[in-house]
Amino acid sequence: MATQQTRLLGKLAVAPSVVVLFLWMIVPLALTIWFSLLRYNLLDPGNESFVGFLNYEYFLTDPAFFAALGNSLKLVFAVLAISIIGGTLLALLLDQAIVGRNIVRLMVIAPFFVMPTVSALVWKNMFMHPVSGLFAWLMKSVGLEPVDWFAQYPLTAVIIMVAWQWLPFATLILLTAIQSLDEEQKEAAEMDGAPPLAYFFYIVLPHLARPITVVILIETIFLLNVFAEIYVTGTGGPAGNLPYLVYFQGLLNFDVGGASAGGIVAVVLANIVAFFLIRMIGRNLEG
Amino acid sequence: MARAVSLRRRTVATIAAWAIGFLIFFPILWTIITSFKTELEAFSTPPKFLFFEWTTENYGIVQERSNYLRFVSNSLILSIGSTLVALLFAIPAAWAMAFAPGKRTKDLLMWMLSTKMMPPVGALIPVYLIFRDMGLLDSRGGLIAVLFLLNLPIIVWMLYTYFKEIPGEILEAARMDGASLWKELVYVLAPMAVPGIASTLLLNIILAWNEAFWTLNLTTSAAAPLTAFIASYSSPEGLFWAKLSAASTMAIAPILVLGWFAQKQLVRGLTFGAVK
Amino acid sequence: MGTIVLKDVQKRFGDVVIIPGASLAIENGEFIVFVGPSGCGKSTLLRLIAGLEDVTAGEIIIDGADAAQLAPAKRGLSMVFQSYALYPHMSVRNNIAFGLKMAGMPKPEIEAKVTKAAQTLNLTDYLDRKPRQLSGGQRQRVAIGRAIVRQPKAFLFDEPLSNLDAALRVQMRLEIMQLHQTLGATMIYVTHDQVEAMTMADRIVVLNKGNVEQVGSPLDLYNNPDSLFVAGFIGSPKMNFISGEVAGQYKAQTIGVRPEHIALSSQSGAWEGTIALAEHLGADTFLHIDTKAGGRLTVRAAGEYDQGPGAKIWLTPEKNRIHRFDQNGRTIKNAA
Repeated sequence: MATQQTRLLGKLAVAPSVVVLFLWMIVPLALTIWFSLLRYNLLDPGNESFVGFLNYEYFLTDPAFFAALGNSLKLVFAVLAISIIGGTLLALLLDQAIVGRNIVRLMVIAPFFVMPTVSALVWKNMFMHPVSGLFAWLMKSVGLEPVDWFAQYPLTAVIIMVAWQWLPFATLILLTAIQSLDEEQKEAAEMDGAPPLAYFFYIVLPHLARPITVVILIETIFLLNVFAEIYVTGTGGPAGNLPYLVYFQGLLNFDVGGASAGGIVAVVLANIVAFFLIRMIGRNLEG
Repeated sequence: MARAVSLRRRTVATIAAWAIGFLIFFPILWTIITSFKTELEAFSTPPKFLFFEWTTENYGIVQERSNYLRFVSNSLILSIGSTLVALLFAIPAAWAMAFAPGKRTKDLLMWMLSTKMMPPVGALIPVYLIFRDMGLLDSRGGLIAVLFLLNLPIIVWMLYTYFKEIPGEILEAARMDGASLWKELVYVLAPMAVPGIASTLLLNIILAWNEAFWTLNLTTSAAAPLTAFIASYSSPEGLFWAKLSAASTMAIAPILVLGWFAQKQLVRGLTFGAVK
Repeated sequence: MGTIVLKDVQKRFGDVVIIPGASLAIENGEFIVFVGPSGCGKSTLLRLIAGLEDVTAGEIIIDGADAAQLAPAKRGLSMVFQSYALYPHMSVRNNIAFGLKMAGMPKPEIEAKVTKAAQTLNLTDYLDRKPRQLSGGQRQRVAIGRAIVRQPKAFLFDEPLSNLDAALRVQMRLEIMQLHQTLGATMIYVTHDQVEAMTMADRIVVLNKGNVEQVGSPLDLYNNPDSLFVAGFIGSPKMNFISGEVAGQYKAQTIGVRPEHIALSSQSGAWEGTIALAEHLGADTFLHIDTKAGGRLTVRAAGEYDQGPGAKIWLTPEKNRIHRFDQNGRTIKNAA
């Protein structure tokens, strides 16, 4: 609904953003695809040769790939489970008539704003250190043997750190969603005599279905890309995920071809998730 | 609405919420407390919670030894710079999408969003090589460009959802009143969108400040922001807990404050307007 | 001056035809109302005149000059929007002054004009308030004030009263009519409410699917509708339509009789029926009567009608008030 003149101005106004984003998306992707078909090692420059799908073959048959893929998936599922279930419960709790709710909410969402490298080092050293960490002290004071988290359960340790950052995100979004629940609907349910559990399952949960889906999809995108926590804690060996493996292959082993093949695998994985997310948000755009 | 909730229920909920909130916040609190200890006390078993010799020496040492302020200024330049550049691109784009939409506007928005789905590892190798060949590794300019592109879709989206809430009739009224497009944007749209633009700015500074994939991989020292600086504590300085804590506290404090202010916008920005 | 002439104005969005071709001549000082159901193109036509949309083809001649390609502000028209479209961040004073500022008028002159407009509209006490601090009616007045100060060739109103409650709507209706008398300016007013159209207009333009269905004075449209559509749209309660055998007796596809043009009797008449529902309005009673001849018919009875649901009743239409329509919905002239 506008005149031709405004529409023309509109096109001019959108163009710069579209052009730079297009380049940002297509150039690296095309190069990655191209590199993934080459034998290309940074230590052996000038000797690149076309090898077809050989890199994929190596990459996909490498046990490290399956370990990394497994770690990627475990990390995503574990953190999702913790943040969705915990976030829903926490959001319900914070929706109650609580004294000082605003302060509690600030405390709960704070971890989301902590940069990943800080979170990784604080957890690794001050909490999970096998001798002087706070966890070790807690376990010793109740007479248990301290756990050496990063030696014994590296992936679990990473999951704890990452979940600590994403639980607040889920809580914040679900709390916002719960608070948008129509007051009259609550009162109608009360008039209908719905007990708390029925109220939760028949009124609250259906209302949360959409925000929960959004949280799942968005967290999945970010969780597939977790890197700093693994990089900084040095758990790349036992707990490395796909992004770490690509980094390791490319920038530490200088195998550009293999790393690129890994990158493309990661892109395919992410696209499967993105497909659903985009459709989901697109539908919201209609409504 | 205003109804009495039983005192018992209220008490139980309040205690539970404060307990859980405190637990979740504790790692941050612990970091802040530790930053005021001496290294010796930081290590002590059993740990000292409040009763120790409070000192601020760690903050001085962190600055002295590693030129902390340089990393802070890099973080500031990178996050604010990339956000401002992105606003420059995004404000006209969002205006057009909200007020002069074409047939493909929705597809365009969706497509912009989809670029955000691209995992960075898919682009890491070529971007790294391009940066190396162009001498952009460890340069602020190169990193600003990357962070700008990384956050541009979110900025366009957020502004779009804010602009959408401004009735088009008001802009038309301005047109009837004889305002040119420029005056329409400056005198009418911008003042009405100030809260939206401000929260977009805020959220994106937070995201850029905490970005830790590209900043770790594309910088070494000259352009390194706080994320990279903290990462350098991973070994063996990580054993100096008090200093690690001081550095961490300084790295997260400003963004924590901004984040608390931006809570509401955060929900909207990160869910692309799907949850408000 | 303020004459507006539309010559075969057309509007298409891609393949969708909104206005196939509208022609109309509006005299200086006239109060013209565009009326029609939602989606009939009345707002689009107004926006074409305002210049907020491009015409696909045709001419819009304002005071003798073709304005179809001019920017909105260059046409010398003012518009009052449905949502008022006040600038929320500006005071009432600045809202009213904005157009004058854009035109580069000197400050003292602006001040004088704003003061005068505020007096006319009883807004003097509110000049320093923000729009959100005003009531619906006051906002409406500010929107009108913004239109007045520019001394336009014509005022365009886009459903300006639809956001007000019923009582306020009647009051603002009177105020706008008063304003029209005071200013003597050309006004084009869009509404879907036929009561507003009947009470305010010098001439009504009835639109249907983008076509100008009929143009005429309110009573002209009421008494001599050109088509079934106009007959059904103008008048409240709606005209009764009967087709089939009864219409055949009048050599028409369909006949129409207004509820107020049917006489009731408990003994005899043309059509027999049973009262189904009765709506008591005090001054009138609307009876909904099930008849064999024409299904459910509405009849307006003066005062309080004493028969209730279930009562047998006879209906007789006033002979010279029967409207006849052919199979295309056009009126058949010459009474039978």
